[in-house]
Amino acid sequence: MAITDLNAIQMRDALRRREISASEATGACLSAIAGLDPKVKAFLAVDADGARRRAAEIDKRLAAGETVGLLAGVPVAIKDNMCIRNGLPTTCASRILGNWKAPYDAHVVERLAAEGAVIVGKTNLDEFAMGSSTENSAFGATRNPWDLGCVPGGSSGGSAAAVAARMVPIALGSDTGGSIRQPAALCGVVGLKPTYGRVSRYGLVAFASSLDQIGPFARTVADAAMLLQVTAGEDKRDSTCVSGRDQPVPDYLASLEEPVKPLRIGLPKQFFGAGLDGEVEKVVRSALAVYERLGAQLVEVDLPHSTEYAIATYYIVATSEASSNLARYDGVHYGYRSSDHKDMIDMYMRSRAQGFGDEVKRRIMLGNYALSSGYYDAYYKKALKVRRLIRGDFEKAFRQVDCIMGPTSPTAAFRQGEKTADPLAMYLSDVYTVSCNLAGIAGISLPCGFTAAGLPVGLQVLSDVFTEDRLLRIARMYEREVDWAARRPPVCEGAA
Amino acid sequence: MSAELEPTIGLEVHMHLKTRTKLFCGCKVEYDVRPNSNVCPVCLGMPGVLPVMNREAVELSVRMALALGCAIPDFAKWDRKHYYYPDLPKNYQISEYDQPLGVGGHLDIETSKGTRRIGITRVHLEEDAGKLMHAETGNYSIVDLNRTGTPLLEIVSEPDVRSAEEARAYGEALRQLAVYLGVGHCNMQLGQMRFEPNVSLRIGAGPDGKPRYTPISEMKNLNSFRSVERAVTYEIARHREEYLAAPAKYTLENLGKETRGWNDDAGTSFLMRSKEEAHDYRYFPEPDLVPFMPDRKWVEELRAGVPELPEKRRRRFISDYGLPEYDAGVLTAERAVADFYEKVATSVKDPKAASNWMMQDVMRVLNERKIGIAELPMTAENLAELVALVKQGTINRNTGAEVFNKMLATGKSAAEIVKAEGLAQVGDSSAIEAFVDQALAANAKAAQDYRGGKKASFGRLMGEAMKASGGKANPQVVKEILLKKLGG
Repeated sequence: MAITDLNAIQMRDALRRREISASEATGACLSAIAGLDPKVKAFLAVDADGARRRAAEIDKRLAAGETVGLLAGVPVAIKDNMCIRNGLPTTCASRILGNWKAPYDAHVVERLAAEGAVIVGKTNLDEFAMGSSTENSAFGATRNPWDLGCVPGGSSGGSAAAVAARMVPIALGSDTGGSIRQPAALCGVVGLKPTYGRVSRYGLVAFASSLDQIGPFARTVADAAMLLQVTAGEDKRDSTCVSGRDQPVPDYLASLEEPVKPLRIGLPKQFFGAGLDGEVEKVVRSALAVYERLGAQLVEVDLPHSTEYAIATYYIVATSEASSNLARYDGVHYGYRSSDHKDMIDMYMRSRAQGFGDEVKRRIMLGNYALSSGYYDAYYKKALKVRRLIRGDFEKAFRQVDCIMGPTSPTAAFRQGEKTADPLAMYLSDVYTVSCNLAGIAGISLPCGFTAAGLPVGLQVLSDVFTEDRLLRIARMYEREVDWAARRPPVCEGAA
Repeated sequence: MSAELEPTIGLEVHMHLKTRTKLFCGCKVEYDVRPNSNVCPVCLGMPGVLPVMNREAVELSVRMALALGCAIPDFAKWDRKHYYYPDLPKNYQISEYDQPLGVGGHLDIETSKGTRRIGITRVHLEEDAGKLMHAETGNYSIVDLNRTGTPLLEIVSEPDVRSAEEARAYGEALRQLAVYLGVGHCNMQLGQMRFEPNVSLRIGAGPDGKPRYTPISEMKNLNSFRSVERAVTYEIARHREEYLAAPAKYTLENLGKETRGWNDDAGTSFLMRSKEEAHDYRYFPEPDLVPFMPDRKWVEELRAGVPELPEKRRRRFISDYGLPEYDAGVLTAERAVADFYEKVATSVKDPKAASNWMMQDVMRVLNERKIGIAELPMTAENLAELVALVKQGTINRNTGAEVFNKMLATGKSAAEIVKAEGLAQVGDSSAIEAFVDQALAANAKAAQDYRGGKKASFGRLMGEAMKASGGKANPQVVKEILLKKLGG
């Protein structure tokens, strides 16, 4: 078995048993990246030297018998909207940041380093995490390892593709409206969006502050649990991150193998309506049948505000916050500055006109419009009211059921370029994922089968705030019954 | 007609809070340090950073709001106010828009027309911006972000101010209050306090019976009491002139609110932005901060901790201690001075004598040496001892003044000095009789003049008798014996 076929826990255990070295693990990942990434284009930057140095350090510590962290020697990729002070620029896949290098580490980067992880590089994304296909990157689109002509989903498409193509066992992404779960579904990997406030956002370049959360990509539920374990918990630098006293971080791995019994699964009729691809529905229903076989009870629930209203609400809240968060990119203090401006205002305008891509500009304009005086009440304030109704839908549902299930995305991976001319069609890729962010609850996407064309399909499981431990156990119940993780995407077979 | 044009002025006052660190990060608040030396990713607004509220800043804000008689709502929140300027790295300012932490208070001010009560609309906490300096030569500006993120308290008054004098008095009273409470240093030279008067004139009533006004001029960033007074005086006159020239046009309905700058050298104001050019700040709730939902017990503790305010104390000094208005004003201008005085007054149980010492001796030294009362090399207890010695007749008032100076010079107590230098006055009448006799013998002419009706000669004889005693005789006893001997 190739080192890159090991999942993170297997790799970590092999390292601890000294069967492989951290340098070998990192070397194997770097070789896989060198071999595959010219086709997949998952990475924006690879820090080969830094990763080898870090791996050698871990080897030294292992040799000296020192205690090492939970992820000691395990290679990890992080989405390029998280700050890292290692010399690699933080680009958010945008020209506007120029060659900006963060002078500080994100909280999650600190946590990874503390647990001995080896960060090998930074992955591609839709510019500022705005998009569902990773085609909105200023530095080129990422390809789906299962079909290079298809998109990997987005916005964390680089991290999803890197894990799917076995370039790294685990990676971090961020999820504002489905940006972890949808690419996880389209790339056939596990992707988890934690409860809002579970993981510190300090050092995550903000898209929509009240929706953004950092979460793990992995090929197994246990790896996702471990990466969540490492990154979750209190951070005083993020006021929206919960305190350890109010919400201590449970030991996710300790309880993982315990099935949830009895298990009541809510199926919202809104998640199985018009727009859902027939083949995707069939695959998802077969996964539900597995749960039924395990003794789960399937219950229909109603989330009246959580599909069509959710998309409208999401695009008002997210664009409004984005228009504000992205105001700082003006060419004054850092990042890209136009060279041909006449005066200060012209410098602002040209720097932003030249630095941002079309989708980002579209969302900044939408957000500025929604926040304008005279429109605020009709849009932003109304959206906040609907947001509360969506939260209410879930609160009500979770009084009846332990979790909610449905497809992660209405379709499997679509073709590159298929939706770039139609923003609304693109926005509908998120129809099942955005309500989770609006409600602030936890959600996971699990590989649950393939279409006839060999494209992965994702099962989305949603659970109430701060119940990631139960969510992971529910996910693990299904994973034990299937073997999707063993299947390798064609691009890997080609390289092997 | 012009008699009806009554100035209607509201003030927005900004003051830096006396916190050790900035509002959202751990950078120090310092003035006159190397540009861009107190900065970090958070106050530089770098990608990925988040603000963390400074608890001390919130506490000082609530203390000031309570002292102004404001209600502290159960829910307040922060909002983002957007505008593009290079001294604002995020291009939005974190402020409080529609739900501030303090609402509906008042401040009483002393004016030539007596006490006036100025309503306080709201008190809110926000962050200050950096400083932009334009190069004298060359087509560029430089930015210093040390000030970025400094906690700034904004106090908005009702349009209750009626004159430039009142505007100034209001500013001074706010400053005194903030310093008194330890909320801010309010050093004007350091830009720790800035004023934005909103000036308009009330033009009688319109056809609908409702009052009408001239446009509102918001005067930006005045940073001294003098400039407030001058700018408001100028603006009132300018409004009057504009209105009288075109009464139908120069109204609030027509022109709305405009933003004006003040040229202190020229003594004139100039238009910065008209109503049409007003910014749309696109306020919305700051998603990176949790709302402020104060614990009522905490608020009540803060309320209990608010000391007696200067104006109230001044009135109490007048009514309870019988001090003249002027003395009461001087003694309550600073909290430490008022505390010092009250300690002396209650200790010697003679508020008038204590006030006399404070006004004549203590304040003189503070002014001469340009020091605060904390730096006076004497405690209230030390002074009380001296005042008591005089009151008991151990020494007389003149000797007391000498002892006071010696106390300052040596740091010794009054009792020590009196004892060491044998300054205790002589109260024994037989001894004093000898001094009086000595004085009469040596000044027979003066005694004769006095008996002949020239009462003014008494002073001379009194002085001579005191001199004979080396200044130690009890003047009251000298006076009695002298009068008796002169047959008066």
